[in-house]
Amino acid sequence: MIALQAIDIASNPVNKYVYLAVILFSIGVMGVLMRRNAIIILMCIELMLNAANLLLVAFSAYNGQAEGQMVVFFVIVVAAAEVAVGLALLISIYRNISSTDINLLNRMKG
Amino acid sequence: MREYIFYFLALVSIISALMVVFSRNPIHSVLYLVVCFFSIAGHYLLLNAQFLAVVHVIIYAGAIMVLFLFVIMLLNLNKESEPHKPAIIKFASVISGCLLVLVLVAAMINMDPPAGSHPSLHNVGMVKDLGKYLFTDFLLPFEISSVLFLSAMVGVVLISKKES
Repeated sequence: MIALQAIDIASNPVNKYVYLAVILFSIGVMGVLMRRNAIIILMCIELMLNAANLLLVAFSAYNGQAEGQMVVFFVIVVAAAEVAVGLALLISIYRNISSTDINLLNRMKG
Repeated sequence: MREYIFYFLALVSIISALMVVFSRNPIHSVLYLVVCFFSIAGHYLLLNAQFLAVVHVIIYAGAIMVLFLFVIMLLNLNKESEPHKPAIIKFASVISGCLLVLVLVAAMINMDPPAGSHPSLHNVGMVKDLGKYLFTDFLLPFEISSVLFLSAMVGVVLISKKES
């Protein structure tokens, strides 16, 4: 049983960043579930990555340690590579089925 | 003053993130995502992480979003070509998103992270300190990321090339 107590944001200033990151991450998950356009889904994945980045920077800044910000730096690097490959795959898919609708991509379902 | 800036930026980022999900036109989604990234860069500035804020704006708003816009315009996607989902799926995904917020908040509500000192007391976000870390402790990941970029570049060219 989770004891729900009043959200005390002011007690610890990191907590408000935690809640903001939770909300942004959930918006990203909601977008992945809701949209069928593959480009929008990639954008929602970026949103989720940014929520995690925000949390890392918040913890790193409040604790005065630079490691968290370095991790964010590498997350940005990986995200850039991921977006490039993902959009190339999308162009390749569009060339074959003339659409970016992911519901048309069910040929591997068997 | 700092509090008000935080709440303003949080409001901007949440509203623009919602507009990314809910707007019909993919180009509007990309533009709202740019707004969201700028507000997150503002959060980084507020947390005294200046280098990351600049890098975030340059890479996300400058490079990745241009890539998205370029692909959307290349594929000529607009409001008419946007696939429609039945309303029940939209409703279900909104409900599940709200439930995810509820579960994560319930998991973190008893969390008590060590209350560190204020970010303005540290100088970890400056380019001098981060550069020192990058070229001493994080030298191996730094070099590996260059290999990652090279392989991604080769892969992208190979995937998106027309088969003749």
